[in-house]
Amino acid sequence: MTTPEIYRSFIPFYAVMVSLTAVPLILLSFRHANLREFWTLAASIIKFALVFLLLPGALAGRIAEFTFWEISPGIALTLKTDAFGVFFALIASGLWMLTSIYSIGYVRGLKEHKQTRYFACFAVCLSATIGIAFAANLLTFVFFYEILTIATYPLVIHKETRVAIQAGRKYLVYTLTAGVLLIAATAWTYRITGNLDFRAGGMFANASFSPSAITVLFILFLAGVGVKAAIMPLHSWLPAAMVAPTPVSALLHAVAVVKSGVFGVVRVVGFVFGPQLMRQFDLNTLLAIMAGATIILASLLAFRQDNLKQRLAYSTVGHLSYIVLGAALLSPASLIGGLLHIVNHATLKITLFFCAGAIYVRHHKEKISELDGIGRVMPWTMGAFTVGAVGLAGIPPINGFISKWQLGLGALQAGEILPLAVLVLSGLLNAGYFAPIIYRAFLKSPAVPYKHGEASPLMVIPIVMTGLFSLLLGLNPDLFFYFYRLAAQVSASILGGTGP
Amino acid sequence: MTDFFLGHYAYFGIITLLIIGLYGMIFKKNLAKKLIGMTIFQVSIIMFYVASAVKWSGTVPVLDPLAGAADAAKYISPLQHCLMLTAIVVGVATSGVAFSLLIAIYRHYKTLDESVLMDRMKSS
Amino acid sequence: MIIYNSPALVPLLLLATAISIPVLAIKKTKLAYPLAVGASLFSVILSSYNIFRVWKSGPLTYHFGGWIPPIGIEYVLDPLSAFIALVINIVAFFVLWHASGVQEREIPGKSVPYYSLVLLFLCGANGIIMTGDLFNLYVFLEIFSLAGYGLIGIGEKQAPVAAFRYLIMGTVGASFYLLGLGFLYIVTGSLNMADIKNILPLIDSNPAVEAALSLMVIGIGIKMAIFPLHGWLPDAYTYAPSTTSSLIAPIGTKVAAYAIIRLLFFVFDVKFVSRTLPITDLIAWLAAIGILYGSVMAMAQKEMKRMLAYSSVAQIGYIGLGIGMANPLGFIGAVLHILNHAFMKGTLFLVAANLRKNSGHSDISRLDASYRKKLPWSMAAFTLAALSMIGLPPTAGFFSKWYLALGAIDRGNWVFLAVILVSSLLNAVYFFRILEKVYLVPPPAPKAGEDLSPKAKKRRGSLIGEEEYGLMIPCVILSFSLLLLGLGNANIVKGIIQRIIPLGM
Repeated sequence: MTTPEIYRSFIPFYAVMVSLTAVPLILLSFRHANLREFWTLAASIIKFALVFLLLPGALAGRIAEFTFWEISPGIALTLKTDAFGVFFALIASGLWMLTSIYSIGYVRGLKEHKQTRYFACFAVCLSATIGIAFAANLLTFVFFYEILTIATYPLVIHKETRVAIQAGRKYLVYTLTAGVLLIAATAWTYRITGNLDFRAGGMFANASFSPSAITVLFILFLAGVGVKAAIMPLHSWLPAAMVAPTPVSALLHAVAVVKSGVFGVVRVVGFVFGPQLMRQFDLNTLLAIMAGATIILASLLAFRQDNLKQRLAYSTVGHLSYIVLGAALLSPASLIGGLLHIVNHATLKITLFFCAGAIYVRHHKEKISELDGIGRVMPWTMGAFTVGAVGLAGIPPINGFISKWQLGLGALQAGEILPLAVLVLSGLLNAGYFAPIIYRAFLKSPAVPYKHGEASPLMVIPIVMTGLFSLLLGLNPDLFFYFYRLAAQVSASILGGTGP
Repeated sequence: MTDFFLGHYAYFGIITLLIIGLYGMIFKKNLAKKLIGMTIFQVSIIMFYVASAVKWSGTVPVLDPLAGAADAAKYISPLQHCLMLTAIVVGVATSGVAFSLLIAIYRHYKTLDESVLMDRMKSS
Repeated sequence: MIIYNSPALVPLLLLATAISIPVLAIKKTKLAYPLAVGASLFSVILSSYNIFRVWKSGPLTYHFGGWIPPIGIEYVLDPLSAFIALVINIVAFFVLWHASGVQEREIPGKSVPYYSLVLLFLCGANGIIMTGDLFNLYVFLEIFSLAGYGLIGIGEKQAPVAAFRYLIMGTVGASFYLLGLGFLYIVTGSLNMADIKNILPLIDSNPAVEAALSLMVIGIGIKMAIFPLHGWLPDAYTYAPSTTSSLIAPIGTKVAAYAIIRLLFFVFDVKFVSRTLPITDLIAWLAAIGILYGSVMAMAQKEMKRMLAYSSVAQIGYIGLGIGMANPLGFIGAVLHILNHAFMKGTLFLVAANLRKNSGHSDISRLDASYRKKLPWSMAAFTLAALSMIGLPPTAGFFSKWYLALGAIDRGNWVFLAVILVSSLLNAVYFFRILEKVYLVPPPAPKAGEDLSPKAKKRRGSLIGEEEYGLMIPCVILSFSLLLLGLGNANIVKGIIQRIIPLGM
């Protein structure tokens, strides 16, 4: 692979700033709901278009770079659109479009309070997420990571009930602690390397350090990004945060925030430490064990949840660790599998959350035990739900299968059998906890006839689109966005150590 | 040994004053007595400066026709005295502010005894 | 040629106005406020001009009465002093701007003496910062402190007691400083900072020098309220009038911190203070304990001003920690934190003042969401300052912690690093406690008819939401500049602070 060509460009800057610019517009048009939602939609479409513009360059190995200014002597706030960044930004901004449409249906359907604050915070979150995706160095990463932490808080406590406030506290305790650990790790890395730029293959190449320092440093990093990635035992904020409105759970707690965490894990593994150092100090084993344990435990815990969103949350915890496992195995296929799972889990889980939200808005049901026969009145919604569930269980032809296949392949490439067993077992468990929902929805007859049918089209259309998209990606992972090619490129750059 | 004590007697006096002042500030319960302690403390430091300027067989730093201006060693150093003039002014100002505060305290609480004062502050 | 005298002009201007206020405003008491604000604004302009000159052509000196140092008194404006002077003058200006709305209400009928004292206080602060003479520093320290006692004592019923306690401790501090200076003078025969710095290496191992340094540091340490010498601070900040606390909290302790920096690194040698006599280690460890102590105590407080006061004890700890680490990064962190903390604490105390003005109390337990509706902008300012106190990017607070953390790692001291990180979590606890209340706890149900008053309706409909611009705008400007200071911190660090890192660090 050739060394990528770097060119200066304002596009990454615009991509980050567009939703931030929308914030004052959203706030100012608080009296006109339609205008306000117009800003959100416009920002999300422009953002997606901007990120999409960067795709051809990323595929061809051309990297756009934008430097704001120095924020600490020697360290600049810099955005860089490498393949991995574009990969993540595409998912986040693409799904934001759909979530925006869905959100409008959701908050209006429920007549939520403080909708302005809701949409404004959402926009800030997306800016931060794109900032995380394009961050060219650790300090920039930390910068946006912390902004994301704070901007998500008002969304978690949106309902302003006692439970929501408790969940918000828990969320803050976990994420702020993680934040300071990440800052400590960043400062320490700076001390060792004198440079914080991400480098495929690791940034410690020419630095001198003591072995114990590397292990402690890795644990600090892991705690820092692992909270958002919900690696056990750092996961318990995520189920608690399900008290947030469903679109928040869908986009942030299945895509943007938690994926920022796993994105961070991959950045740390592939671009800070690098495969060589990981293997040398057995850090990848540590990571793999944690990820494997999380996958199994989270799937088991998911069985016990009767609340639909809680079950989905535990399922998310498990699936995030698939990605972590993929990074930990450090073989070409496992990395591709892990990265693809970022996309696949995103489309699948967002579908499932959208469905849960649609059911809640239309029928005010949150518990699985209350869903008997709901598939008959909401065929589209529950059809999409089935696609999502099947995909997460890893059954072809849905996209979840492809990432699992690659992960399994990667485990074999790495010469490990145990991860393969974990994957198979977890697939079964996934099928196990999703099957009863589908069974109840379609085959049981309702105790009390439902009064309503499908939710508003504003909600159903995004649901169907994400479900359909999951199916299409399952048939051809390179469809439209070349996710497979991007993932392969990232994997090659991490393992080959060639990259910016 | 005796020489040491005799030679530095001024300093021992100053240290005694200093300790008396500190004692007053820390252990006296009456705020006015604390203030007296503080003043003694300040005075001890002024004495310290003045003592450091002393020179046996030197004269006051005013031009003396007998001593002449050629040999500065015949005069004691004037600087410490000047500094202490300022310090005394500062001390007076401090006492003034402190007294006015004491008056304000007494007006509100009708006492200057610290423990009584604490009780009355809490109850109000 | 007034321009060439500009270093001396700021304290003199403030002093002259302070004296002329009682004369000019004796009949027309309304004159006092504009005179004070005018002088403060002028001092901001002058110090901006000073820092521009220093930045362009290097350190400026001014010899009083034309006497050449070490005989005469010298004023020195190097990048450090010009910078700190600018910071405190700016903060003071915003606080004075804000004062128009609260001063008359809290201490009615005392505007003439009050503003006169404020200007004396500022004159003292500027003098401490600019002087190059150790005895002159003592004099300004006392002008500054005496004005401070008055400013505090003018407040609530308990204020005179707090002020008296501060006076006793402050005078002990000043006396210790004077005693130490006496030792130093006896040994070196000079009072000029630069001169002493040249003489000291020749008499390095004299126990009198060590005694002098210890006494002087303890003395100024009391004024700086470094743990465990902070006993006077919480009461003084709590009972003082709002304007005083928002003036003393950002300025008072910072000036003392500056004096310690001057003393340790620009009069004594870095090597001497950190190796021969490990006084910097002592400062750093005490500061670290103070950070934790202050944060924990702040969490336990029920009253906002008291909480902010304890939080100040902790934040002073950051500055002390940066000084005590005695390495370049710690030094950058300390100086940057002087700036950041001045802006943050200024904002926070001003918002506390707005709360008191608006509802007559600043009890944390009685806060609820109605306060956000009444004071939306003040609360936004408070939120931003709180985030900065916690140390979240992109606010300024993050970066001072960043440099301090780098400094701690540079020194290889993991305890300091842990203290910095833990305290930022503790900050989060006590600030989010307030934010939660202000944004999330629903107010008690309004009495019938109350909500329908035309005024309330009008307020709800207006975009601004807050009617008293004089109270709102200073808070908002101060807090939003935290974002600018955060994003632009590299310019401050490179343009100013890195130029003045003491030799030998």
